[in-house]
Parts: sequence; C-alpha cells; structure tokens
Amino acid sequence: MRQLLRSLVALVAGLALGSAVAACAGESPLHIWAVLAKGAFGSRNDVGMTLFYSTPLIFTGLSVAMAFHAGLFNIGAEGQLTMGALAAAAVGAVLPGVPAFVAPWLAGGVAFLGGAVWGAVPGWLRARRGSHEVITTMMFNFIAAGISSYVALHPLANPDSQNPETRPIGPGYQLAQWAVFGGAPLGWALPLALLAAGGCWLYLWRTAAGYELRVVGQSEAAAGVAGISPARVRITALTLAGGLAGLVGVVEVLGNSGRFKPGFSPQYGAMGIAVALLGKNHPAGVVAAALLFGALHKGAADLDMETEHVTRDMALILQALVILSVCADGLWGRIGRGRVNPG
Amino acid sequence: MTITAPISAPAGGAEGAGPAAVEFQNVSKRFGSVAANDGVSFTVPRGSICGIVGENGAGKSTAMKLLYGMIRPDQGRILVGGVERNWRSPAEAIAAGIGMVHQHFMLAGALDALDNILVGAEPRRRGMLDRGGARRTVEELSQAYGLAVDLDRPVEDLPVGVQQRVEILKLLFRRAEILILDEPSAVLTPIEVTALFQNLARLRAEGKTILLITHKLREIMDFTDRVAVFRAGRVVGEMATSTTSSQELADLMVGRKVSLQMSASPAAPRQESALRVEALAAGGHGGRSGLGEVSFELKQGEILGIAGVEGNGQSELLRAILFPSDRACRTRGRVWVLGREVTDSQPGEIRSLGVAVIPEDRLREGILPERPAAESFVLGRQREDSFGRWGWLDPARVRAAFQAAATQFDIRPPDPDLSAGRFSGGNQQKIVLAREFGREPRLVIAAQPTRGVDVGAIEAIHQRIVRVRDEGAGVLLVSSELDEILALSDRILVMFNGRFVAEFARGRVTEREIGLKMGGA
Repeated sequence: MRQLLRSLVALVAGLALGSAVAACAGESPLHIWAVLAKGAFGSRNDVGMTLFYSTPLIFTGLSVAMAFHAGLFNIGAEGQLTMGALAAAAVGAVLPGVPAFVAPWLAGGVAFLGGAVWGAVPGWLRARRGSHEVITTMMFNFIAAGISSYVALHPLANPDSQNPETRPIGPGYQLAQWAVFGGAPLGWALPLALLAAGGCWLYLWRTAAGYELRVVGQSEAAAGVAGISPARVRITALTLAGGLAGLVGVVEVLGNSGRFKPGFSPQYGAMGIAVALLGKNHPAGVVAAALLFGALHKGAADLDMETEHVTRDMALILQALVILSVCADGLWGRIGRGRVNPG
Repeated sequence: MTITAPISAPAGGAEGAGPAAVEFQNVSKRFGSVAANDGVSFTVPRGSICGIVGENGAGKSTAMKLLYGMIRPDQGRILVGGVERNWRSPAEAIAAGIGMVHQHFMLAGALDALDNILVGAEPRRRGMLDRGGARRTVEELSQAYGLAVDLDRPVEDLPVGVQQRVEILKLLFRRAEILILDEPSAVLTPIEVTALFQNLARLRAEGKTILLITHKLREIMDFTDRVAVFRAGRVVGEMATSTTSSQELADLMVGRKVSLQMSASPAAPRQESALRVEALAAGGHGGRSGLGEVSFELKQGEILGIAGVEGNGQSELLRAILFPSDRACRTRGRVWVLGREVTDSQPGEIRSLGVAVIPEDRLREGILPERPAAESFVLGRQREDSFGRWGWLDPARVRAAFQAAATQFDIRPPDPDLSAGRFSGGNQQKIVLAREFGREPRLVIAAQPTRGVDVGAIEAIHQRIVRVRDEGAGVLLVSSELDEILALSDRILVMFNGRFVAEFARGRVTEREIGLKMGGA
C-alpha cells in the first residue's frame, strides 16, 4: 500500500516538474496535457495505439522486475527482445505453411526461447564465472543487434523490399487485429502480456522456486546456508527475464509487421527499466507503469504539430522526471526519520 | 572467568568529590510511537566505574547516544560535571571530555597505531603536523595508564586487545574524562579481559569516570562500583554493586525470575555418528587464521562444544562443513554427515539429510530482515509438502505454521507479517530455532546461538538445545561465550589459530584452564 502511495506521489511530482519545464519553454502546461491526453486517448485508434505501445513495455518491465527480485540488474532486455523477435520471424519465414492453430504458439514459444537463451548466457557467466550481469547483458545487446542485422540482410533478407527486413512470415502466424480499435495493430498480444504479468506474480509469490529467487535477491548468504544454490537461481532468473523480453516478438512480428525489421524497437528494453522502477517491480505496478509510458509515448507524437515550443522529446523529459522522482526514495527516509530504528 | 588479580572496588579516591560526572534527570526520547527512553534518571559519581545493563532494546544505547550527542532528548536534563548540557553533535561532547569506545572498533587497519590515535585531532606546529610532539604525548599517556601499545605497527596486525587500547588512548589523547565502553570484552580472551579491567581500574584511580555497557553480569559484579539496570526504556534499578547480586540484576533486567545456572544433564551418546571430519582444512581470509587440518567425530545424542576466541578458525570450520564442495570453503579433508560422506555434496543435499543450522551471523545468514517474519520461518523448508505440493508455496499455510511455532517457542510478537528485522535479537533467534528444530534434525550446527540475545531468551534457547540433544540429535556448539560452552557441552574442543589445542570432558576442566588454552598457552 505504502509502495503504491509513494509511486503515485512520485508520479505526480514528476509530472508537476514536467509542467514547470514546459512553462519554462514558453508553453502552457495545460495545453501540453490537453495535447498529450488527446493524442493518447482521443479516438479509438489512439487508445489502440497507446495499448500497442504499452504491450512491449509490460514484457520488458516484467523482464527487468523478474531479474531484480533475484538481485540482478537486467540491462539486456533490448537484446533479448531483439533475439526473441528475430527467432519468431525466422520460424515464420522458414516454415510458412504451418497451420494457424499451432503457428502462433510455435512462434511465441520460439520468441520466448530466443530471449531466454540471450538471458541464460549472461546468467551462466554471472553464476559460474562471476562476470557482472550489467556488463554482459549490455554487451549482449550489441551482439544481438549485429546478429539480427546480418540475418535480416543476408540469409533471410526480403527480396521484395529495399529496406533491411526479413521475409514475411506465413499467413498462419499473423494475429488478428481487433477491429474495435480502428486499425491499430492491437490483438491477442495484450492479453498475453497481462497473462504473463499474472504468471510472474504467481511464480514469485506462490511457488517455492519464486520464493527461492526472492531469497537470493534478499541475501545470498542466507540462501546459501538454507541450501538454496544462488548460482542456479541466478541462471533461472535471467533465463526467465530473457524469455519475457523475447515475447515482445509476439507483439511486433506476429501482431504488427509480420517480419523482423532491425531497429523496430524504440528502446523498449531501456524503457522497461524505467517501467519496472516506477512499478516497484510488482507485476501489477509494471502493467500500470507500462500503460502510462505507452500513453506518454503515443500522446507526445502530436506535440510536434500542436505546439510551438516543445517537441515529442517532451515525452522523454517527462519520463526522466518521473523516474528521478521515483528514485528519490531517500527523501522518504528523511520525511519518515524518527519513526524508524528505535533503541 | 577466574580473575587472578581482583580489583578492589570501589577504590577510587576521587569518588564523591564534587558534583557527579554524569546525571540523567527524567530524560525521555521517543522514536515515533516507541519510547526508547522514558523518564530515565541515574547518577554516575566522578571517578567510578558504573555498569549499564539491560536487555536489547531496553534503552541503554539510546541513553549513551544522548550522552554522546548523537541524538538529542525530547525531555529532561543531562548534567555533566554538574552543568546542564545539550550537545548538538558528538564533536561537542568530545570537546567537553566525553569519549566512546564502540563495540566494533573505529580504526583504519592499514594505518599505524599512532596515526589512528591522532586522526581527527592532529596537533599542528606552524601549520605542519607535529608527529614528534604527538608521539611524546601519546607515550606519556601510555606510560601513565599502563596501556602498552606498539605505536608503529599497522593496527590490523595488532591483537584485538591491543587495538582496544589504541581506542582508549585515542580518547585519552582527546582529554576524555568520561569514557563510555560498549561491550568491551566481547572480542577478548579471558586473559585480555583481565588486562582490560586492570587498565580501567588504573584509569579510575586517576580520576576518570567509566560507563561500562555489558551483557556479562559477572563483569558488573567483579569490576564496577555502581550499576544502573534498564528495562523497557526506564531505569528500574540503581545501586552500589556491593549491595546486589547477579541473580537480582538478571531478575531486574527481565522483570521476572530467571535461572542463570543452566546446566545440562549429562548426555547419553549413542553409537551412531552425527558428524565426522577428517583432516579438514581451509584457507583464511581478511587477516583471519584459516583452518588447519582438523579431525573429530560427534556422536548422536551428544553436545560437542568448540571453545575459542573469535577469529581462530571457527567460522572457517563451519563453512567447510556446510559447503564442502566449494573450494573456497574447503581445501582439503573429508566430511561425513550421519555416516554418509558428503565431501562432494551440494549444501542443499546436506541440509536435507536432517541438518539444522543456527548460523553465526543471524541477520545476514539466518533471517531475511526486510521481509515478513513468515518468510524467514520457511527459509530452507520452502519445498516441504506441508507448505504446498507440486512446487507451490501457500502463504496462508506458512503463516499458520509460524503462528503455531510462535506459541510453542514463545516468539513475541507472534505476528507473521512483521518484518523479521524488527523483532528483538532473542525473538529473531527463536524464529531460527523454531524453523530449524521444527524438522526433527539429526545434526544441529549451532554457532554463537545466544549472541546479542537477552538474558530471558538465553535460558529458553539453552533448554531447546539440550532438549534436541536428548531427542537424539548430535549438536556441534561453537561459541565464544565460555559460560555457554561449559554449561552445555558434553565434550569441549578448544580452538586456537585454526587448530584444536585441547580436549576436555564435561566437568573435568576449569574456566581458567580453558582460558589459558584459548589464549594459546
């Protein structure tokens, strides 16, 4: 409860700071908020696009949160989602004839696996060789970018396109887009993301394995004495984190473009870190934060046209200010000082 | 411990002359809803040694922090030398002649003793550090008070007892008249303890006033002139030491009758082995001695006590037994648990044979301080069927089990949702015991089981350990509390410098003999 309250207060503080920035730039904050709200929720299509942007953020936010509960900092969601999307696109392109009742499951599973491998390797390196996961996952982002570009340009290049992209996936893989959202590429990927959030919650707080994961995050020493292997838990955690990020492939490849395009992600991986932070690493918080960031991302697109002094980069500034306020946790300690630590 | 040179108390010539060194008048300090100090009043005459006793959380440290200027009182007056004082920071308290030796020394290990004494109070001459002049001053102090220290060696190379002298010299160099010592004997050998109290007696003879915070009632009885007893934020007793007894002090601290003399009935060891190690060795780290090649066997139904001053290889021994497959914890040797060789087994497999562990560092290894207590209660037992089958873990069942255990082990408060770190040390330890003993162990590895635990809870913990032995478990008891070792152990091994230097049977040894062996004699 207190966590929720703190996040909300931080959110309001961040948005208020954002208003101040807008005012400094010579733009009425009220106008900005009106444009943002209209851009994000003004029409069915706008709502659909907002949700479409939010869905990958749910996955990457869950990915970062899962690793965080094991005491790991997953900077690599970007590379993991790249590998997930690439794997899904590759299966769809290589086996185009798979019937529609198995194809999405197959591609979804492969997307999870692609990301999982990209998480498991840094997890293994951390557990067995002590390489810090912040470094390795970040490096793996670059490797993933290189591999995926190569695959999109050479073995699976689309001969009918001037752009770097893979051959389109077979028709059986395509997820239907819900008509109610006026053409926005929104479909079953969103319920899948919510399901993943529920699954994460169950895993972390209702299973022995999830408990072990959280114990390692709390205290490696306590885990060791209790007979829990921190090494094994860390590998599992980063594997799951990678898999969750890999499911972004379902959103993009199966639900939207039908192929892998290098650079399709506007840094969903990095934004996932912000989403997890704002959501306090709780699956429900992650969903809420992803919706907020999705709305900011969508709404900000209209700032270029509708305002004179600010551009869509305002969304980045707002995100940054919200994150800064969330991270100013020490302030709570100062406000609450005297209530803690008796004796 | 047997003290060879009893120090006659009260010897202080200066006592009673002039105003009291320290006087608390109705001092209160609240932290939120908790009254850490609630109308505390006591008086410390000049030139005396005054013991401050009380259970954890009784308000002793709050009172000392108030005196030392680390926090400020909400109400009441603190008089030092008859003058009301209201420090805003420790710096002001230090300037007024108050000094504190913390339980964990505040020394820079790589610097030599002289630099450690000077740091923060460097004497200057024409803008330059006057090391030579300072050395003379320190040497004079060292002579005058009998605090022998090699000033030129890095303090990390000095024995702990000498490091403590460096801390005291630091205070004297700053012209402290009132010295606060927090648990000064916790890390010392019995012989060093004797030397410490001889030093303190000398300081008293020179007119210094000493406030001694300690858990050890024996030290209070042997070395102090007066004693103030804290309980639940109040001073519940203040008297001349000569008019009281250990028993009375213990009863006052706890608020009820407690039994100080726990002595276990003799064991009936069985033939089956609980634990056997052969030529076990491990490297040391951080200046600690490692583990030499040690061998011993513990039978079921027996308590084997490992005595020794901390840092003589006990931690390394425990880690080598618990994590034998980890090369960082065991370099050589073999380990058998309940007759099965586990030298290459994973810690989880070893625990599942029926091994209970009461870890040395409770906050770091025994509980999850920031999580609800129920999560600490299930630590290591998360896969038991009673908490959920097929890999599920049902929080409702865990909480119910916690509550049942809380009744059985008298855990207070019996609240599964309170963060484990907010329980008192004794209750945290009861959570650990309830968890570990709740699965009918065949081997119990208990390290410092009553460290930081209050008098009332010590009694309960000792009874539990004896009971689990009587039910047939083998108990390996590692403790730096000699009283505990002597009261509980059926056999005693003394550890020094990574090796066993002596073995004794129950009742066949005096504290003095063990004390000498612990010091390597």
